[in-house]
Amino acid sequence: MKPAEFYQRDRLLQPPALTPNYKTSVGRSPRLAMLSLQGSMSEITGPTFGHSDIDPIDNDLIKNYAKAGDPIGERIIVHGRVLDENGRAVPNTLVEIWQANAGGRYRHRKDSYLAPIDPNFGGCGRTLTDENGYYFFRTIKPGAYPWRNWVNSWRPAHIHVSVFGTAFVQRLITQMYFEGDPLIAKCPIIETIPDQRAIEQLIAPLDTNAAVPLDCLAYKFDIVLRGRRSTLFENRLEGN
Amino acid sequence: MVQPLPYLKETASQTAGPYVHIGLAPGAAGFDIYRRELGWEIAAQGVPGERIRIEGLVYDGTGAPVKDILIEAWQADANGIYPHPEDSRHAEVAPGFRGWGRIITDFDTGLWSFETIKPGPVPGRNKRMMAPHINLWLVSRGINIGLNTRMYFEDEDNGADPVLNLIEQEDRRRTLIARRTATGTYRFDIRLQGEGETVFLDV
Repeated sequence: MKPAEFYQRDRLLQPPALTPNYKTSVGRSPRLAMLSLQGSMSEITGPTFGHSDIDPIDNDLIKNYAKAGDPIGERIIVHGRVLDENGRAVPNTLVEIWQANAGGRYRHRKDSYLAPIDPNFGGCGRTLTDENGYYFFRTIKPGAYPWRNWVNSWRPAHIHVSVFGTAFVQRLITQMYFEGDPLIAKCPIIETIPDQRAIEQLIAPLDTNAAVPLDCLAYKFDIVLRGRRSTLFENRLEGN
Repeated sequence: MVQPLPYLKETASQTAGPYVHIGLAPGAAGFDIYRRELGWEIAAQGVPGERIRIEGLVYDGTGAPVKDILIEAWQADANGIYPHPEDSRHAEVAPGFRGWGRIITDFDTGLWSFETIKPGPVPGRNKRMMAPHINLWLVSRGINIGLNTRMYFEDEDNGADPVLNLIEQEDRRRTLIARRTATGTYRFDIRLQGEGETVFLDV
């Protein structure tokens, strides 16, 4: 296989660093321009993971921290595919998620929101995509929660998603939102994304076809990583 | 109308938020859930190479340490080989060398550190050798899209490195070079914004 190149990241679809309505970004955004760098071996490679790294129960948030019973909340499946911009599946890649419980409370020593912890819910999961790039989790739909941005800011229900791909330049962390949530239109973190189509790409539709009758609903969330460039001119003397 | 270009668009990034540890380092968030957390060992004991420790702080634009940063590191082994099929020499990579690590800060001080082996030089584009370096990716609350940078070593010859030489302002190159503070120990501070701002890469 010839060394890869990856499509340039579309910075007009991605959130810029400085987005003042999301206040924390003001002090944590570089003021100088980034240095654009064509990919070398350092960029086109990245960590690989295997089934020995994780356990089969790791993708089941209903069971992976259950102590004395199941967690309280709306039982859902979150499933989809990891693809690249060419529409090709990204197989065997690590997908990690984390989220609040049904009441919007995170199991984190720094979260002091008054909604209670669920003793049977941890809030994290991980899995590897299969040979078709497919993944799934079972979990509880997270609740909205307040945060100190404006006086009365509330995050929409969301699940944080982390994906690796095959190259360090495909590394991505994003957030999945739920179809129909009226808080989406009011969220300054979502508003950091300058393109409405890119925002809609983060909203998972209800997928009743994938629901389990009398058990749980389902949402579909496909993830697109940067495309790997096909080498059109195989004999370029300048090489990679 | 022209023909449509049928490419998909990359999913947009969003901040990792303040509770990133729940997903990526649950032990630090305060609970024990996985048999094994990933990213704690870049190079197992016994992997050939000089064992080193790197520590530092990430500062925001006010000069305060960012205490909820999460950093991922990606590096080659002591022979400059990445454990990845795209590296033509990957079959020769040192056993027990993972090359990837996750680094979290002390929540009280913001100080982070990790242990690894010093990477060897890696071939860059057009067969120009790159000086030994570790690739870093930073995420946290307030960072909308992960920031890429590189860490070089002050006790290596960095003069011919093709990436450092792309930085137009020569004094900014220093922001990517870790100081050696003791034998096998390096200090690498990252400044997100303002005076001494670290060079970040659009890779």
